[in-house]
Amino acid sequence: MTDQDRAFVMFDGVQKSYDGETLVVKNLNLEIARGEFLTMLGPSGSGKTTCLMMLAGFEVATHGQINLGGRPINNIPPHKRGIGMVFQNYALFPHMTVAENLAFPLQVRRMSRAEVEEKVQRALDMVQMGGTEFAGRRPAQLSGGQQQRVALARALVFEPDLVLMDEPLGALDKQLREHMQYEIKHLHERLGVTVVYVTHDQSEALTMSDRIAVFNDGVIQQLATPEDLYERPENAFVAQFIGENNKLDGMVTAFADKEARVHLDGAEEIGALAVNCRGVGFPTMLSIRPERVLIAEPSAPNQLQGRVVELIYLGDHIRCRMEVAGRDDFIVKIPNSAKHSMLRVGETTPIGWLTNDCRALDAA
Amino acid sequence: MANGENVSGPILAADGRPLRQSLARALRLQKLRALMLIAPLLIFILVTFAAPIADMLFRSVENAIVPETLPLTVAALEDWDDASGQPPGEKVFAALRQDLLAAVAAKAHTKLGSRLNYEQTGVASLLRKTGRRVKRMEEDGDLAAQFAKIHKSWADPETWATIKRFSNAYTSGYFLNAVDAKLGATGIEARPENERIYIFLFERTLILSVVITVACLLIGYPVAFLLATLPMRTSNMLMILVLLPFWTSLLVRTSAWKVLLQQQGVINDTLVFLGIVGDGARLAMINNQTGTIIAMTHILLPFMILPLYSVMRTIPPSYMRAAKSLGATDWTAFWRVYFPQSVPGIGAGAILVFILAIGYYITPELVGGTSGTFISNRIAYHISSSLNWGLAAALGVILLVVVLVLYWLYDRIIGIDNVKLG
Repeated sequence: MTDQDRAFVMFDGVQKSYDGETLVVKNLNLEIARGEFLTMLGPSGSGKTTCLMMLAGFEVATHGQINLGGRPINNIPPHKRGIGMVFQNYALFPHMTVAENLAFPLQVRRMSRAEVEEKVQRALDMVQMGGTEFAGRRPAQLSGGQQQRVALARALVFEPDLVLMDEPLGALDKQLREHMQYEIKHLHERLGVTVVYVTHDQSEALTMSDRIAVFNDGVIQQLATPEDLYERPENAFVAQFIGENNKLDGMVTAFADKEARVHLDGAEEIGALAVNCRGVGFPTMLSIRPERVLIAEPSAPNQLQGRVVELIYLGDHIRCRMEVAGRDDFIVKIPNSAKHSMLRVGETTPIGWLTNDCRALDAA
Repeated sequence: MANGENVSGPILAADGRPLRQSLARALRLQKLRALMLIAPLLIFILVTFAAPIADMLFRSVENAIVPETLPLTVAALEDWDDASGQPPGEKVFAALRQDLLAAVAAKAHTKLGSRLNYEQTGVASLLRKTGRRVKRMEEDGDLAAQFAKIHKSWADPETWATIKRFSNAYTSGYFLNAVDAKLGATGIEARPENERIYIFLFERTLILSVVITVACLLIGYPVAFLLATLPMRTSNMLMILVLLPFWTSLLVRTSAWKVLLQQQGVINDTLVFLGIVGDGARLAMINNQTGTIIAMTHILLPFMILPLYSVMRTIPPSYMRAAKSLGATDWTAFWRVYFPQSVPGIGAGAILVFILAIGYYITPELVGGTSGTFISNRIAYHISSSLNWGLAAALGVILLVVVLVLYWLYDRIIGIDNVKLG
């Protein structure tokens, strides 16, 4: 892989401000490799859509440089960037048929009629809309899922190297959304096109992406693979935002190698993996995933007492809310297996975890 | 499933009545209530709007004055052949004398005179003069000669032909007049060239209305586009400027144009001062077609901008963005994606401005001079000055029909469903 491929898209010190007083995007540095599926994930107002719009050319970066294929594109108008884009509400042209919508990017590139027809048909086949009944329909005559497929086909029909997607599945119902996630993922694998995908739905991001950039407050909090992001969150925001998380507040009392001793507010002291805590005497937030908590397992190195507050039966697992170290929102997922512990509300039981599963992060 | 087998018969409600009937009964009370709610408005409109208009339009064919004032004469004239070239016989003159005696007593003969004068000039004075003398006629003498002595027109078969032609209670005379034709001895014929005016006026009204509509569109489209794309707060400010003319009196605005456009007006003075036109060659921009077009375009502009704006407001900016991301230049994106979606607004604005313009009266009257007046000015003239209400009504009916035909054409070509006012 050449340098150009490794940094096919590059944000270099990009800042964006709308009003001249506050920064929506603060010093963004990001490299996206050719063929990568990168998701920008974050709550609304975190600056992820602004980044996408700067890449597409609809917003101008206040400071910094954006490169595409090694070329700075700050001053190239959107129509010359050759970037395909899928919009939140699809933005299919309502006065054109499906075939005309797909032909539009080819016609403005002055392709011959035969070429246009062939490419439109191929693009429709690609999204399983190749049937003759669809090409002549208007967008309004299609279902939400079909409109989504057409929007996808339109963004891909002129064979761009880079496709941007701005919450494209937001308007679909849950089942269809999950189905389309796989389809987009497979399409990406088949075509090898670079995709930058914006969403606020973490499960969508985890399902589809090669790497995820978690945005908050105009800054990338963590840029990592889905697995790393979930297993090894680097700060409190990421730990809380991705997946379900138990947090315990405490104070660092000792610090050795990679392990920190933390004194909890509830007066117990336990060990945790020091990831992002500043040192002895500083507050920290401990993060433990609900499925990594061990119930009534005397071999676990870190032991606490938990009182069962609520039990919810969910079929494959039982969700147990407990009172631990003075907090009553501690969740434990107990798998519904043959040897699972029988708990009752009000009962107190020892809980524990491996030191590596408990991460000491910055105090949020 | 006994019910399921009987699919072809009417569906029955629980009590055995046909479902359709039960539904109608249930809805009847609702409909009645709705009708009662709008009844006051309905009656008001019928009494103050629909009925007067219907009455006015009816006058375009109404001709009862002739058979009512001259009942005996009309009956007697039935035997007379108007192609004979001879005045009718003594029997007709006797009937005429009797009719006129009654008409003079009721003071109806002058009205008849003005009615028939529309068809043949001179009849008004003929009837006035005859009315003064008919009482002194000798009943047994040669009536034809006595009438001829009062006025020689009574010996002219043309006078009698006119009376006979317009002796029906209904007439096509007003309509023929309105299209520069008349009912002559041999049927419908065109009026002499120097008397033709209405067809020309209709044409001018249509052409000027089209010019005004196009001018409004050319000026209004960019303004509406700007209003629709600006942020809400700024566009609301600008919207006030668009609406400002609505809150200013029409007369004030038209008079302002007079001040600006006249030969000694602001624009001409400025041009002369700048040396662009000579003092002797000041532009004539008022009291002609130019004045009408300028003033009416200004007055009707909001009616173009508002529907355009409300349609453009609903076009999401993401369409233009999508077009650009697909490789279209600004112009292509506008022309192929934005413009087609704004067509319903153009349709609504154009039809609104055009229909308002075609019937406009005050502005052409004030700034149009002679070459810039519309058909409505002629209608107003016949209503208030010449008092030829029949002709005014006929012109009005034709104008209404022209508008309806254009509306129908518009519906066929563009489709009225495509018109959006917001």
